[in-house]
Amino acid sequence: MNTPLSWIKDYVPELSCTPKEYADKMTLAGTKVESFEVLDKNLDKIVVARLEYVEPHPDANKLVVCKVNVGDVRADGVDDNGSVQIVTGAPNITKDVIGALIPVVLDGGCVAGGHDGEALPEDGIKIKTGKLRGITSYGMMCSVEELGSDRNSYPLAPESGIYIFPEELINELSLKPGDSAVHAFGLDDTVVEYEITSNRVDCYSIIGIAREAAAVFNKKFVMPKVEENGNSEDINDYLKVSVEDSSLCSRYTARMVKNIKFAPSPEWMQKRLRNAGIRPINNLVDITNFVMLEYGQPMHAFDYDMLSGHEIVVKCAANGDIFQTLDGQERKLDDTILMINDAEKAVGIAGIMGGENSKITENVHTVVFEAATFNGTNIRLSAKKVGLRTDASSIFEKGLDPAAAIAANNRACELVEELGCGEVVGGIIDIYPEPETTERVKFEPERINDLLGMNFSEEEMLDIFKKIELGFDAEAREVIIPSFRRDLHATCDLAEEVLRFHGYDKIVDTLPVGEATTGKLSFKCRVDSVVRNVAEFAGFSHIMTYAFESPKAYDLLNIPENDELRKAIVISNPLGEDFSIMRTQPLNAMLTALSFNYSHRNDNVWLYDMSNIYIPKSLPLTELPDEREQLTLGAYGDEIDFYSMKGVIEEIFEHLGMSERYDLDPKAERPYLHPGRKADISYSGKKVGYIGEVHPSVAKNYGMKDGVRVYIAVLDIPEILPFVSFDRKHTGIAKFPAVSRDISMLVPHDILAGDIEKMIIQRGGKLLEKVELFDIYEGVQVKKGFKSMAYSLSFRANDHTLTDDEIIAVMNKILNGLSSMNIELRS
Amino acid sequence: MKDQLLKLTQEALAKIASSKTLDEINEARVEFLGKKGQFTTIMKEMKNLSAEERPVFGQLVNEAKSKTEEAIEKAKTELQNALMEQKLQDEIIDVTLPAKKLRTGHGHPCQIALDEVERVFIGMGYEVIEGPEVEWQEYNFTKLNIPEGHPARDEQDTFYITDQILLRSQTSPTQARVMEEGKLPIRMISPGRVFRSDSIDATHSPSFNQIEGLVVDKHITMTDLKGTLTQFAKEMFGEDTVTRFRPHHFPFTEPSAEVDVSCFKCGGKGCRFCKNEGWIEILGCGMVHPHVLEMCGIDPNEYTGFAFGVGLERIAILKYEIDDMRLLYENDIRFLKQF
Repeated sequence: MNTPLSWIKDYVPELSCTPKEYADKMTLAGTKVESFEVLDKNLDKIVVARLEYVEPHPDANKLVVCKVNVGDVRADGVDDNGSVQIVTGAPNITKDVIGALIPVVLDGGCVAGGHDGEALPEDGIKIKTGKLRGITSYGMMCSVEELGSDRNSYPLAPESGIYIFPEELINELSLKPGDSAVHAFGLDDTVVEYEITSNRVDCYSIIGIAREAAAVFNKKFVMPKVEENGNSEDINDYLKVSVEDSSLCSRYTARMVKNIKFAPSPEWMQKRLRNAGIRPINNLVDITNFVMLEYGQPMHAFDYDMLSGHEIVVKCAANGDIFQTLDGQERKLDDTILMINDAEKAVGIAGIMGGENSKITENVHTVVFEAATFNGTNIRLSAKKVGLRTDASSIFEKGLDPAAAIAANNRACELVEELGCGEVVGGIIDIYPEPETTERVKFEPERINDLLGMNFSEEEMLDIFKKIELGFDAEAREVIIPSFRRDLHATCDLAEEVLRFHGYDKIVDTLPVGEATTGKLSFKCRVDSVVRNVAEFAGFSHIMTYAFESPKAYDLLNIPENDELRKAIVISNPLGEDFSIMRTQPLNAMLTALSFNYSHRNDNVWLYDMSNIYIPKSLPLTELPDEREQLTLGAYGDEIDFYSMKGVIEEIFEHLGMSERYDLDPKAERPYLHPGRKADISYSGKKVGYIGEVHPSVAKNYGMKDGVRVYIAVLDIPEILPFVSFDRKHTGIAKFPAVSRDISMLVPHDILAGDIEKMIIQRGGKLLEKVELFDIYEGVQVKKGFKSMAYSLSFRANDHTLTDDEIIAVMNKILNGLSSMNIELRS
Repeated sequence: MKDQLLKLTQEALAKIASSKTLDEINEARVEFLGKKGQFTTIMKEMKNLSAEERPVFGQLVNEAKSKTEEAIEKAKTELQNALMEQKLQDEIIDVTLPAKKLRTGHGHPCQIALDEVERVFIGMGYEVIEGPEVEWQEYNFTKLNIPEGHPARDEQDTFYITDQILLRSQTSPTQARVMEEGKLPIRMISPGRVFRSDSIDATHSPSFNQIEGLVVDKHITMTDLKGTLTQFAKEMFGEDTVTRFRPHHFPFTEPSAEVDVSCFKCGGKGCRFCKNEGWIEILGCGMVHPHVLEMCGIDPNEYTGFAFGVGLERIAILKYEIDDMRLLYENDIRFLKQF
């Protein structure tokens, strides 16, 4: 919402403050000022001048030497009569326009921009006396672009050249040489942009903001006075209106104007519209726009003669109807979209846009002004359905005050009379079958104080209510809410009003008292935090990734068609295909991050991610999906390999108190991993994750060069949570010596180290303290199909020094186990 | 004999003084103090002395021996010290050679900021509770006083899965979930991912993180809210930080406020960082709307509460002066290493 400050001052005449003060105070009272623009900040020494003399420049074809008169203004080069010489190249300054009034900037002045209308420099352009091809020019004539504006705002300005003040404007403002051209242009103003919250429909209007400003600055608010208007005729003799669906249109008002005379609207109105960012068009259109800004009530004008049967019927469209809006587009309708019809056909989409078939043309004689109150939600949904959100619909959708309809329509007719653009027909049609009841809120000052934690007196509260036009029924002790305040329903709303006008800055600082509570992390958050710490100490950096991704990720990951993983939740209104499904695996996000780093030539990148995957219980979703947090480790570079990744997983298990042995299953189906370098991880019989080298073809899909090995490990956090324990028990430090034995063996190639260890641990029993592989070799010195392995075993008892017999017994068990696995001992 | 002893002592001391190695000192010890050393020899001659002279001479010999021993010990210590000195000299390293780096990873700035926030609120007795990211519309909207048809439900902002299930557009649904559980009083914060239909640019992301805060108890007031957030701001941005409340509107709180903190770069004087405002907006908050309490089964006549929502990325961006939000999700290691 952009409003000129001068317009606000029309209704708060005593308001006097700098734009900055205005912005600050309004913001602190809840009408947030986003920004403000002082229109004339770079305009200086620009005056109205009369062109007196135009002669060709002796040395330049395209230049002319002029004299203009600037009245009483004095500056460099201005003689006693007010005459000053200016050289210009503007094509429209010829002998033909001698006598015209034009804007001129004198020596030492400043303009906002160049005549090309390009971006305006921060500090404007300073103007000085100078010579043009040998002839002194004591200033410059101005175009609207040089004043920082454009031809959209000044339709009468020439396409290229100096602005010439039109006759109407000269008469309206009694312009004479020496007057401020900035004032004549209406640029002695500040445009304020607000962020209005959705609950304050009333502040989407000049009147609403002026009312707030008056209360904020403690000044009088003056509503525009609207006299009863119209001729002695009765509109009901001309027009019949019926509303079929009053739940979608609670109020419909119509007035009529005949004998329309088109003309540009007067400068005062144009200036208001222009500074509010609306282009002046003609008196009739300008009036409806002006009233929309002023009252926050959109209006529509129909050509009466195009209304068949001279009738208006407000009802919904039929499914499949097609309607051409006045922008020439065809719109498809359904039976929830409210339409304005005449006796035969639709003539407008209610609250959104009128129809091509009834639009106002220059041949119009009689118009019908509509000001209605439509159901906000319905307008919003309809606008979306027909794909057309207009200025009008965006206001209607907020839900308007029905009182505004009638006030706005009367105001429009008054302006018609004031501007002489037609004859207003007497009377008003007002269909308002169920008038709203006035809202009343019980006045409970102690509850207001309790909620705020402050101590206002009843009088202080009532004073504030009075300032913002809330009534008070002292007998019933009820606050009476005016219809324009559609946001006030309960004590807490009144509390906010009290606080707003008392000043949010006066809220003191206290801390909640009452029953003490324990601050803590949930168990899962504690686990997350331990996992993050270990990952970071192990060298991995934390990344953040998106929860949604492209379904193409499955192809990049070699995931077969029909795989369970492809059963992902689909977003019905995604930002695009790339963000259209909720991820069911964490790999794509990790590989994307690694790939980003790889393509930016970062070496040795180790990352981890802690975020959810989303597994639907059924599709389409009928219940919330299973959100499973995944720890994903991903790395590439010289310093990482499979076993380092495995080491990190072990470290995490250890810190989470998961001290049992975990298993790796290399046979698990993981199409995105290297078939010979992958495994599922299980703990206590539960599958808790997987680990491996990324399949080279998948790595390639993510832009990795041949030979770049990428490693991944994933832990499914919900699956490990039941095994996590932060309980620790001290077991003492061993008092008796350990005995170690080394075994060197020849192992058939296919036997896994894990299986050997498992057997050793099982057979080693309580005495076995540690098994450590210290050598593995496969090659020329070992017979084909075998590998040489060497383990160091360490035995210890807690309560005595082990005897040779004990060691021999347990070693024999282990050696037997080895031979049952077809493992030969080497001497 | 006395002269002999004197001479012997002088000889011994001279020999010790001239010793240059530990071996030489040892030789001297053997020569003079050993079993067959010269002092032993001279002692043997004591038998020739009279009974009166013997103890006197014995004492003299002992004195001479301990003097010699002392000299040996001293020489040895000096020599050892010199050797140590030499060794240390030889072992001098260039301490300015590059360090052997430990390979540790780095936290994500958002997580670091979140840890800070959690630390502050846990210290004030708040529990950290998480909620689902894929959420019922009822929790995301209805129970937060955003009824069917409310513009805040517009698809322009919210990602929908079905008409009932959506990606939560705020962490506020956790408020409703926690209140519904009915355990009072409540002091909780709930961090997590939220989703809005915004295209990615320097200041927007379709997925970002919020931290919700909720306190419900008897006699909770707006001044408690202000005090709590002031405390939070001081902890996060420095002891001198001042907070400013501005009226605002949220459907689920009334009165509502937006909160600015005094610019921590310029202290509020106005600079480029705060766009010359002196203030930086950090969060939205308010008193829990009685409708919300009611819908979640809490009697608004007995209980009041406050709630606030902070954008985690916003905190991280402000605190670490990150100029482009995209950096947070690109995961460039050169960026991550700075935290």
